[in-house]
Amino acid sequence: MSARPMPGLTDRLSVAGRVVLAAFGGYGVAALSTALFALALPLPRSEAVSTGTLASFAIMAGAVVWVFSARTLRRAALVLGVIAALLAAGLWLAGAFSPTVVP
Amino acid sequence: MSHAPRKSFRQSMAWLHTWSGLVVGWVLFAIFVTGTASYYRTEISHWMRPELSAPTADPATAATRAAAFLGRTMPDALAWSVKLPTAEHPTAEVYWWNNPAGPYHHALLDPATGEPSQARDTKGGDFLYRFHFELSLPPVWGRWIVGICAMILLVSLISGIVTHRRIFADFFTFRRDRSAQRGWLDAHNVVGVLALPFHLTIVYTGLVELGPLLMPWGVKAAYQDDILAYYAETGIMAAGRKPAGQPGTLMPLGEIVARATAAHGEVPEVVMVTGPGDAAASVTAFFEEPPGLAHLHPQIVYAGDTGAELSRTGDVAAATRTGAVMIGLHEAHFAAAPLRVLFFICGVMGAATIASGLVLWTVARAPKGADPAGFGLRLVRILNLGTIAGLPTGLAAYFLANRLLPLDLVGRADWEVRGFFAGWMLAALAALLYPKARAWPAALGVAALAFLAIPLVDALTINETRFLGFDAAMLAVAMLLALGARLASRPRRQMRAAQPNRSRAVEA
Repeated sequence: MSARPMPGLTDRLSVAGRVVLAAFGGYGVAALSTALFALALPLPRSEAVSTGTLASFAIMAGAVVWVFSARTLRRAALVLGVIAALLAAGLWLAGAFSPTVVP
Repeated sequence: MSHAPRKSFRQSMAWLHTWSGLVVGWVLFAIFVTGTASYYRTEISHWMRPELSAPTADPATAATRAAAFLGRTMPDALAWSVKLPTAEHPTAEVYWWNNPAGPYHHALLDPATGEPSQARDTKGGDFLYRFHFELSLPPVWGRWIVGICAMILLVSLISGIVTHRRIFADFFTFRRDRSAQRGWLDAHNVVGVLALPFHLTIVYTGLVELGPLLMPWGVKAAYQDDILAYYAETGIMAAGRKPAGQPGTLMPLGEIVARATAAHGEVPEVVMVTGPGDAAASVTAFFEEPPGLAHLHPQIVYAGDTGAELSRTGDVAAATRTGAVMIGLHEAHFAAAPLRVLFFICGVMGAATIASGLVLWTVARAPKGADPAGFGLRLVRILNLGTIAGLPTGLAAYFLANRLLPLDLVGRADWEVRGFFAGWMLAALAALLYPKARAWPAALGVAALAFLAIPLVDALTINETRFLGFDAAMLAVAMLLALGARLASRPRRQMRAAQPNRSRAVEA
């Protein structure tokens, strides 16, 4: 804990990138998974929504921990992007983006 | 430090714990302190309204009188809400509004007359309760900021647990005599780990409380954003009826209260009138939570014109009930006096974990020898002093203002709140002026004196035996702060010489 070299610009940018990715990427993945749970879980609609909302904060915390523990920022972004794309595809299959959803 | 993400998992988590804890530590400290005080929100409100004692009318009569007051004040409101008087809350507390986004007007009514109570104008414990999750900001802004801080705290707890591998061994380690940094680290670990189940529970359940605001995407996807439909379908809320769009007459509210009391076997806690001026007004009776952990209020909805029952809440299924239990755990309404004391102590330990973590950050970065302290270090030191010693001083100022401000002051309740912020800011500014070596004992000493003044001022102004418990609690807080001031003033070098290496060598 004694020697604290000043971080260079690249390091600073990398940390800033991780903070942005953790905040917006983490929230995005949590939001997508909540919506997917709400539509796709084999439960009554109200229970599916409750389950998704309860789980969402654990999912976001997990995503944030992943972003800060990944070896590189690029790797963190790639994995988070793939998960988000899969969740979005699931939502599309569940009919979230079609305008004729009838409750 | 910022190289950390390239290192091992544990090192990256140590980095994350340090910095996530620092950026929101001050706000979290305020959230923890006001939230912990909110366990005694009712007792604080009682103390701050010493004019009130037992209610002077039965609940049904009080309801009818409250409806008469509300009918004169805002007949075309979107809704009225009446909290009926009880032994604990001797007034009828009414809210009325014509826009769901607010403003929510508020009054305490004397149940005997149905007119605004003559008790002193104060926000009481409700100010601290609302500050806990709204920070005195516009509600949506405050709740988002608190929600973001809570999420960062959750990440900080997880990364802290990963960092702190040897939880059990370190439990018996307190190396106060080793070095400042070790002492603070061990203190941070002890209060953090001892109440860890509480910390994890309180932060996750707090996020769940704010869930509909922070994470609305499930309701958006499955209910097209109609949250009332979601609440009705889960069984959290009983459905009312749509307004007719033409004027109607409300039956006396007391009669509906009497019907609800007969139907449920107990007096409702709150009655809410939706569309009081409308022909299709509905009146919802909310009853107290049945025994258990879940925060679920049984409800019966009556037609406002005829008093016929329209609907009532039924069973709540597993996932929704789990969420309700989480909210119940956070609010701790189920906790009787001994458990409430335990929750309070856990809350104090949460605040102590945050405070010791913030101080540890500065101690670990203190320059060696005569090196000057950098700007970042000085800023963190100032914010630490201003928050950890300043906030308690502000709390004491809030209570003192309640006793000392003139009773007929216009906007008295707002002046009490200004007293809170003025006390906080003055204490923080004064902390800037103290010499660095004396800053902590001086700032904590001021806070201790401010709390010590509360029972004295109470004895000189109100002096009633029913407030002895509250005054004793204030005295206890003063002693705790004085103890903190004394510990902070003890020269460390002498201590080390007096007790060389007493702790066992459990090195990291």
